[in-house]
Amino acid sequence: MMLEQDTGLSLAIAQIVQRLKGSSLHSQLERQARGSLHKPEIKLESLKEDIKDFLKTSGWEKRLQNAVYSELNVFPSPCHPAAPPEHMKEPLVYMRKAQGSWEKRILKSLNSMCTELSIPLARKRPIGEQKELFNKWNEMGTDEPDLSLFRPVYAPKDFLEVLMNLRNPNYENGDQPSFRNHLGLIQVPLKVKDIPELKDYFSELGLNTGQLGIDDSTQVPPELFENEHVRVGQTVLTEQDSAAAQQYVRQGCPTALRAELWALILNISNQPEDILYYEQLKSNVIQHDLLVDSLIYKDVKLTASNDDYYFVFEDYLYQVLLCFSRDTSVLEHFSYNSATPPKSYIRGVIPFHGFSMYVAPLCFLYHEPSKLYQIFREMYVRFFFRLHSISSHPSGIVSLCLLFETLLQTHLPQLFYHLREIGAQPLRISFKWMVRAFSGYLATDQLLLLWDRILGYNSLEILAVLAAAVFAFRAVNLMEVTSLAAAEAVLADLSTLKVMPLLQIFLFATVT
Amino acid sequence: MSCPQLILHLPYSPPFNCYQLFFYLSWLQNACHKGSYGYQKLKEREPRACIRFKCALTNTILDILRRRPGWVEVKEEGEWDFYWCDVCWLRENFDHTYMDEHVRICHFRNHYELTRKNYIVKNLKRFRKQIEREAGKLEATKCDFFPKTFEMPSEYHLFVEEFRKNPGITWIMKPVARSQGKGIFLFRKLKDVIDWRKVKQITCFILQDGVRTDDQKDETQVENYVAQCYIENPYLIGGRKFDLRVYVLVMSYIPLKAWLYRDGFARFSNTRFTLSSIDDHYVHLTNVAVQKTAPDYDPEKGCKWMIQRFRQYLTAKHGAEVVETLFAEMDNIFIKSLQSVQKVIISDKHCFELYGYDILIDQELKPWLLEVNASPSLTASSQEDYELKCRLLKDTLHIVDMEGRLTGKEKRIGGFDLMWNDGPVSRAEGNVDTPVNGSFMANTHLGYNNDRKKQLKQLFKSLPTQQKVQC
Repeated sequence: MMLEQDTGLSLAIAQIVQRLKGSSLHSQLERQARGSLHKPEIKLESLKEDIKDFLKTSGWEKRLQNAVYSELNVFPSPCHPAAPPEHMKEPLVYMRKAQGSWEKRILKSLNSMCTELSIPLARKRPIGEQKELFNKWNEMGTDEPDLSLFRPVYAPKDFLEVLMNLRNPNYENGDQPSFRNHLGLIQVPLKVKDIPELKDYFSELGLNTGQLGIDDSTQVPPELFENEHVRVGQTVLTEQDSAAAQQYVRQGCPTALRAELWALILNISNQPEDILYYEQLKSNVIQHDLLVDSLIYKDVKLTASNDDYYFVFEDYLYQVLLCFSRDTSVLEHFSYNSATPPKSYIRGVIPFHGFSMYVAPLCFLYHEPSKLYQIFREMYVRFFFRLHSISSHPSGIVSLCLLFETLLQTHLPQLFYHLREIGAQPLRISFKWMVRAFSGYLATDQLLLLWDRILGYNSLEILAVLAAAVFAFRAVNLMEVTSLAAAEAVLADLSTLKVMPLLQIFLFATVT
Repeated sequence: MSCPQLILHLPYSPPFNCYQLFFYLSWLQNACHKGSYGYQKLKEREPRACIRFKCALTNTILDILRRRPGWVEVKEEGEWDFYWCDVCWLRENFDHTYMDEHVRICHFRNHYELTRKNYIVKNLKRFRKQIEREAGKLEATKCDFFPKTFEMPSEYHLFVEEFRKNPGITWIMKPVARSQGKGIFLFRKLKDVIDWRKVKQITCFILQDGVRTDDQKDETQVENYVAQCYIENPYLIGGRKFDLRVYVLVMSYIPLKAWLYRDGFARFSNTRFTLSSIDDHYVHLTNVAVQKTAPDYDPEKGCKWMIQRFRQYLTAKHGAEVVETLFAEMDNIFIKSLQSVQKVIISDKHCFELYGYDILIDQELKPWLLEVNASPSLTASSQEDYELKCRLLKDTLHIVDMEGRLTGKEKRIGGFDLMWNDGPVSRAEGNVDTPVNGSFMANTHLGYNNDRKKQLKQLFKSLPTQQKVQC
């Protein structure tokens, strides 16, 4: 046992060192170390120790620490050295297969759209068009291309149909459905947490711990929690410690500090080379036109532009998403993503209906396009990709759906049964909330408080818990409805909900 | 007790026992208040059983008035206790309408001292001079929130002088009395103004002979314009220009008692801001009425942000302190503007007024006063907007307090915070009369959470009132 742990640890260390070698941080550290040789406190006899001390006091050790922490968060722990690379993407074969066939379907649909409309997947823009786009870069939203013939490649409900049909071929569940079995739409046996485990996992959300979103309301004197919390946040930022920041945001970010705290957790520092990278992507956009671009335009026009609060940021969304679709560095996350990039011109992510809503809330925090871009990219490769790919990961959409249904069936069985009987399976309503991480459904300030906790716990499970909490909150009304349409109507407007009280009541104040 | 001109029908014939005597005396007292109109006349602050109202508008305010418990709409010529009138009626009828003590009406007779662009300029200039005399130059700069404005045609030469001193800046020409963005244009060259003036004079000359409608009469003879310095560096969000609409309720001018509403909104221009398109009416004017006619206007797209969202956006971007300063400067605008007209507005105690302030923020985060509206639009542009206006109007009626429920010492009623009560009002615990120790924090909460229902419940629970309260 001990041996396994040791080999596991040294393997992890080796992999992280491998990934950090050759990174810009590595060259910066080397430069700093070399530069420090001139300093009087560095003595030849104790060169190694002195340089280490210097890096510690000048804050470079902290930066290295943050980078390591970031790697640990993003990349899964290495498995057995003999396991094939597909195993790191997704250990369960049937899941891999399902993801593979789903991807084929999407690509087929995209290709047929191409043929129908006689539009190439990619083409080089003529010089005149390039100039025009360059001039209009900051206001692409004013463009009104004819997008009527384009359809979104798929919508969340199409994806839900695929998930509903997932079956583990090794699992025989021949009995008639009964209360012992799962009554929901997801029929795969993945392990999900129950409420005692969730209480433990989300312990900082408990009733005895101060929270932003509850204890900063105007009724509560700020001396009780808010002032101290803000002070701690400022200290965390001064120390520039990623791990501390991640722990801190579990209790919520003060509005004024949120942008910096998220950047610290995601380890985004907007170095000159990052800005350069973004400019590079921008020039790719200007030079080449991709079919995917039209899909992005259509999505932004249909969703974010029609939102009462996000319409203002339309231009930013194009600037981020068009670059994102050309970003090949996103490809490296596919090593731990069950999805595989298509082997064609489309080197990145194929957007679905509502994709732009992942970016929109970030526009409230970041105004400089390259920083906004990096934050979004990091959020995507850490979290959002799990919401639209088939995998067995605990934060993957399949697990979230199962978690949601299990929580509801276990703790609100009457409601669950009633909704099922009237043809209103709860997941049919809550799926779209979870796929979009609630963006566009909650008020912006509430959404940001929710995303604080996603970052803090490095997990998306909170989305499933919130979805169940919403159903619990509106249970009385839902018990009275007699159709799916009526149930949808009861849950149509979430914009007045306060996220943190709902979560606290559901997790900590309900008798289980 | 004197009871002239009344025929008393005594309930009992003398001699009375002590109970009958008591009853007789109180009945007599009540009877003496019967006015010549034949309706029961109660003392001003007594709770009324039924409040008769009239309303000149058919939008949100009418909904709110009709739903208020104990309020009854009166027919055309009936007697009323409350009138939500329009300014035309006011102009024509106020001076010869007798109103009992308890009657309330929603405008001050000469509100135009604050709301007409040429009058507010005059009043502010005079007020500024007064402050400079009394408190010095630095203090007077607190009045520099109104862009430089010149009345036309009377101050035409002063304007030309200023124009020549600052070549290349943009000016905006606005008619003093029109609303909804009508008649406004931008210019940079003096030639544009001279041309425009010529056109106006010629039109006037031609129309002098013909038959004119009232509108045309206004336009050619009576109409004055103001030329105002255009703020070229507005704060932009998403590349778009916006202005803020804030609501201030004034219950009296002498002494000055003003309330600030927590809700409000930011109105966005539908197109991106650029100085190169001076002729694009739609870019520069954020007025919703103008935006509605823009070619790419989508009525489904509310171009409004609730001010809470705006405040959060700014806080996330600039930090809490900077935003506190900005909002404190806006408080200053509201108070100074009201103080500047305090001495000229006829402070009739029957009058109250709900003003819509239009504020523009520039890139240095300095707020500017664009104008004050005495009849802010109460038509809702969306569901969210409707709910905001409902809250605003319900709380306005709570403060007017026809029902006689309040003590008069409250600092907060629903979404309204008492901003000025013949002096600054502090946020510290306690009511209006509580002395303040420690540092002063203004009792304004613009952009804060408006948990009015809770507050109203608590407020009315604490008051000695039997009447049903709708929060």
